[in-house]
Amino acid sequence: MRTTTPTHDFVRGIWKENPVLIQMLGLCPALAVTNSVANALAMSAATFFVMCCSSVLISTCKRFIPHEVRISSYILVIATFVTLADMLLQAYAPVQHKELGAFIALIVVNCMILGRQESFSSKNNPFRSLLDAVGTGIGFTIALVMMGGFREIFGTGSFLGVSLFGPNFEPWVIMVLPAGGFLTLGFILLAMGYVEQRKKLKVEQTDHVAEVSS
Amino acid sequence: MNQENSNQGQIDVDIKVEDTDSAAARDEPAPEEVSTFRLVATLAIAGALAGLLIVMVNLHTKPIIDKWKAEQLQLAVYEVLPGVEGYDTFYLVNDQLSAVLPSGAKESEYKRVYVGRDENGETTGVAISRGESGFQDVIMVIFGHDPATGKVSGMKILDSKETPGLGDKIFKDMDFVDQFFAGPDTPLLGVKAGAGKGQPNEIDMITGATISSKAVIQIINNALAEWKPVLDRGIPQTPADKAPVEEAE
Repeated sequence: MRTTTPTHDFVRGIWKENPVLIQMLGLCPALAVTNSVANALAMSAATFFVMCCSSVLISTCKRFIPHEVRISSYILVIATFVTLADMLLQAYAPVQHKELGAFIALIVVNCMILGRQESFSSKNNPFRSLLDAVGTGIGFTIALVMMGGFREIFGTGSFLGVSLFGPNFEPWVIMVLPAGGFLTLGFILLAMGYVEQRKKLKVEQTDHVAEVSS
Repeated sequence: MNQENSNQGQIDVDIKVEDTDSAAARDEPAPEEVSTFRLVATLAIAGALAGLLIVMVNLHTKPIIDKWKAEQLQLAVYEVLPGVEGYDTFYLVNDQLSAVLPSGAKESEYKRVYVGRDENGETTGVAISRGESGFQDVIMVIFGHDPATGKVSGMKILDSKETPGLGDKIFKDMDFVDQFFAGPDTPLLGVKAGAGKGQPNEIDMITGATISSKAVIQIINNALAEWKPVLDRGIPQTPADKAPVEEAE
């Protein structure tokens, strides 16, 4: 039975199946480049581009790719788009490229992109694959900006480069260091797990009450 | 036997995939044995296409990128040598400064300095670029140096892949960068921020980016150590003074 609608394809990746916070994919960039909001946004934008292009291309060509070599083919497609994005950015937006330079090569090894190709684009038509890629890309952006926000606010006392607490704030340097990435991710997951558990408990309780009263 | 095994593998994979819905499953051709040739051919064609695409885009973008880099270098020379009107490029040929390369030589193979001139054509300083390992990758630094006073007149990072948010402060933290424009004595000495003794060659390093800031200081010191003997022998006035240096046998 087909249960997913195009809207569902799109919405799913944003929160309910958020690639970073729920599926635990793409953690390498999520930990490495989220020490400021600007970096998080830049990384998300580049990943978004590569993801949409690869999803559309792979779902278009899925018939020509034998099952046995699909992963290698996907990696090839993703790596090609990353290289193209790198070169085009350097030529036409050199200033942005200088900011992003170190992250772009990281996109190739983002397993979130490969994951979407394997579990969605290789089985669905280009339009739905694009929807799925856009949704997942937005989810990735939300997760990264969330982490970047926390880390920048505590680590440098600013948000998007705008100082928040004035000059007397002593930044928690550890938050912009790699350890801060793990801490932030851990606390975000803890909070989400707690909320999820509370929700479940509530549903169970109301069920129980309903049972008892009937 | 062989066929059976691979079919088994095929089925296993298909079962694991949860997203498959009936519509998509019907569209898909039944899994069948694919010849090795077909596998190799698919990857070869895909690889060739990808390579072709990258080469084509590279051919198109490389001149633009090179032009931009040359412009950036030119801007950087003017930036690190305050008050210059123009500059001449001198190459190190047979341990001598020469404005002209030996015939048939590749430009990129020669070390060079950029000699800044004021409006009277007098030498005001030299800009030297050098790359050495930083924390992540090679840091390319260009800096201005006044051979008469031995001071550094400015510093700019041409290229670096230092950790965003930490190591990239070597060019984003203006407090750090400005110290090089304040004319410190050489050789530079990196000190912990605020722990300096007020010596004229001290540079406060960046908290959390000690390796990157140390690398910048080290690059400048190394470059000066390497170029000092050459520069001490005197800088040619104008490029026209020098005839092409013959390649040594």
